Amino acid sequence: MKVVVIGNGMVGYKCCEKLVARSGSSPLELVVFGEEPRPAYDRVHLTSWFDGKTANDLLLAPLSWYTDNGIRLHLGDPIMQIDRTNKTVTSYKGITEQYDYLVIATGSAAFVPPVPGMDKKGVFIYRTIEDLEMMKAYAPQASCGAVIGGGLLGLEAAKALLDLGISNTHVIEFSPRLMPRQIDEQGSAILQHKLHQLGLKILTGKNTREVMGEEAVTGLQFADDTILPADIVVVSAGIKPRDELAKACGLATGPRGGIIVNEQLQTSDPYIYAIGECALHNNMIYGLVAPGYEMAEVAVSHICSDHKAFTGFDMSTKLKLIGVDVASFGDPFPAPDTCHSIVFEDKYKGTYKRINITPDGQFLLGGILIGDAAAYNLLLQTARNKMVLPANPEELLLGSRGTADNGAGVTALPDEAMICSCENVSKGAICQAVTDGHETLDDVKKCTKAGTCCGGCTPMVKDLITATMKAQGKYIRNVVCEHFPYSRQEMLDLIKLKSLRSFDEVLDHYGSGEGCEVCKPVVASILASLWNDMILDKGNDTAQDSNDRYLANIQKGGTYSVVPRIPGGEITPEKLIVIGEIATKYNLYTKITGGQRIDLFGAHLSDLPDIWEELIAAGFESGHAYGKALRTVKSCVGSTWCRFGLHDSVSFAIQIEERYRGLRAPHKIKSAVSGCIRECAEAQSKDFGIIATEKGWNLYVCGNGGSKPQHAQLLAADLDSETCIRYIDRFLMFYIKTADPLTRTATWLNKLDGGMDYLRNVVVNDSLGIAEQLEAAMQLLVDNYKCEWKEVVENPELRKRFSHFVNAPADKDPTVKFETMRAQKKAAEWK
Amino acid sequence: MSTTHTTTGTWFFACKTTDVPTNGGVCVKYNDEQIALFFFARRNEWYATQNLCPHRRQMALSRGMTGTVQDEPKVACPFHKKTFSLKDGRCLSDEHECSLTTYPVKIVDDRVYINVAEITVMAEV
Repeated sequence: MKVVVIGNGMVGYKCCEKLVARSGSSPLELVVFGEEPRPAYDRVHLTSWFDGKTANDLLLAPLSWYTDNGIRLHLGDPIMQIDRTNKTVTSYKGITEQYDYLVIATGSAAFVPPVPGMDKKGVFIYRTIEDLEMMKAYAPQASCGAVIGGGLLGLEAAKALLDLGISNTHVIEFSPRLMPRQIDEQGSAILQHKLHQLGLKILTGKNTREVMGEEAVTGLQFADDTILPADIVVVSAGIKPRDELAKACGLATGPRGGIIVNEQLQTSDPYIYAIGECALHNNMIYGLVAPGYEMAEVAVSHICSDHKAFTGFDMSTKLKLIGVDVASFGDPFPAPDTCHSIVFEDKYKGTYKRINITPDGQFLLGGILIGDAAAYNLLLQTARNKMVLPANPEELLLGSRGTADNGAGVTALPDEAMICSCENVSKGAICQAVTDGHETLDDVKKCTKAGTCCGGCTPMVKDLITATMKAQGKYIRNVVCEHFPYSRQEMLDLIKLKSLRSFDEVLDHYGSGEGCEVCKPVVASILASLWNDMILDKGNDTAQDSNDRYLANIQKGGTYSVVPRIPGGEITPEKLIVIGEIATKYNLYTKITGGQRIDLFGAHLSDLPDIWEELIAAGFESGHAYGKALRTVKSCVGSTWCRFGLHDSVSFAIQIEERYRGLRAPHKIKSAVSGCIRECAEAQSKDFGIIATEKGWNLYVCGNGGSKPQHAQLLAADLDSETCIRYIDRFLMFYIKTADPLTRTATWLNKLDGGMDYLRNVVVNDSLGIAEQLEAAMQLLVDNYKCEWKEVVENPELRKRFSHFVNAPADKDPTVKFETMRAQKKAAEWK
Repeated sequence: MSTTHTTTGTWFFACKTTDVPTNGGVCVKYNDEQIALFFFARRNEWYATQNLCPHRRQMALSRGMTGTVQDEPKVACPFHKKTFSLKDGRCLSDEHECSLTTYPVKIVDDRVYINVAEITVMAEV
């Protein structure tokens, strides 16, 4: 596969990094064209160039990184033309490259308002290191500066002028207040006051009409006829997407610029992606780096045939502007009738804080912090994770006036809370790094990348390190085995985070040694629960427990039993006859199972693919009796025949069995549907059971038979079918996500803090705010379902693995012996 | 090949290296005997033992899961998860269990050879 990336800015670089990480062993040819003379650098911290950081310090990766990863990087050589018909690009220097996929990451240019005189000497834009170099060269001859634009970048530029020694600097903003997109009027006033104290002069509501001067700038004239003398002017009035290449080759662009992309970041040409500030997603240009990185991730995953979607991005931001903290998160100013705001203002210290909460006082919607943004991360996470607010929400701003419990906020966050949104690092990942022995901030940054981009999350990372280490002293870690120093839940989070797909990858990333019979099935099960890939692919066959590896249950004597799926226990006479014929042909012992299906025993390993070929031809599919997976959904006959039946329990059981078939979990899962309260299907003894009521379905969870029988408990009553399935989705995925290996749902519930009330809160009331995520995770598995046996039957390479002797595939194991009992065979007794 | 065996016996051709799944095992037929052959791809090591698990006398070790304990290569029987060292064949999970016979393995190009000098030791345990 060959990918060409146009643009080597922050987002273009991130795209390369992700492509390299994703490509793994599969060959990837990656060519990058950049307009600037140096490789991608940290534009967010451009002003630190004035603090003595060199251009090299700001590089995201040295040139050697590109060569080491086989990337051909052309610097100072912009692409001039895209030929979509032939799928080639041609550069300024005349290089033509063919592509399979093209990624446009051309970013944006400074928007220069159409005001006469902008071309005069002494007028600069603030965008690249070259811009800074030119400003620096010009600055000694200047004494009064002006910055056009009072947004984020404008204030950064003003800081640059102050750093260059131009103490008499004005910021000119067209709208009536500074940073109109991020903060409200009151906050803006405080900010203005703060900046004024620091020597910066602010003019708001000023419309620049002309840049005055002969050859060089001498001042600005405004629409209200006032004049501001200035001999250096920096324009920072916004950005405009670099979409000219896209336009020229006929890609769809927005009326006000930007290359139109879909949720996969594809442009109107499916082989061309656009990411970062040049992309127009849902009528929105994202002028921050974090959403750009997320776009890179989504585009790369799509190129690698994965399915992530970009569905917009939180524009929360925290900056230190000229020494003043400014933060805005979530919805900073919702309409007054949709929220209540709590405002705290301290004019003496120059701080302003505002939080917006839902009218019922339960959730945080967003807010603004000026002068002191220490609480930013915690508030952001509280809003993002829809955490229920304390009874006195003002404590979020003022701190609790009771006993101080430092760090309680951090520890209360769920594991999946995104701490570093630039690098997508969750709380779980950071805590893992710490428990893994990375106990300093530097170590954690190196190993998780958290805090390496905007640095805004650093305080929170520190808190997490402290909290995790504190917790470590108190409990013995629950780890999978000697090869993985993590619990199953931690492993699942890590594997998901890194999108790992094979046991080998997981071992490379998080384990040591060769693995063993304990961790291999755990990892294989997690992989199946996350992605539902074919379990014998990607070298994962030998990581499966022996039954899963041969997709059958090993029985005494070394032969296998075969269980075709019979959803809900309903089967046609024709299919019964087929099973009988196959059993006769291959000399199999037949028995009805407890789960309303038929087990066929005594099959030689090498007969399994042939048996399945015949079963599949007759319309059967795998019953997953060999896996820690959904087994059966038992049913009573229900309202179609039974005089007591309230609903059609068979149809619902079939629907449920077909939804969750093949679902792999920490342990086997059984289910049942009863058509009335007489409960003939014994639903209350299942991991999840459903009983018809007059009004709908009652859903019971966490029961089992086995050595320690336990009745299922009522999770929710009188549900319609759709809601019932939604709750089951959530319940099963929450179980899969959090249970220890080989723990049935009943045992899991017994260990769960808060027990059934907690579980009901999570599943029914969505108290963790993860319901949507759980449902989506389940839907992915449902969509990816394929019959494993069908794949084996159709794949000669896989079929080959089903022979007893590698060097005599046609021979059966001669040591296998059967005896006869009641006109069928049985395995010879072992000693 | 890491093995302490003397290699005076005969080497017989078992299979191609590509016939053996990475980090897994296969069963090799040698006259009337069954030998389990294992490939540790990550460290490029090969091991061979008797295929019979001495616990319940089942021909199953080649279908077991391989792994390590403290860096010692091992296999777990699919029936009851007894584990055996592939270095010396001793049972790691039960000191009273019989040991496995192990065989030297060598690779020439892409061909796997097993040394069957001690093959009689294993016959009918």
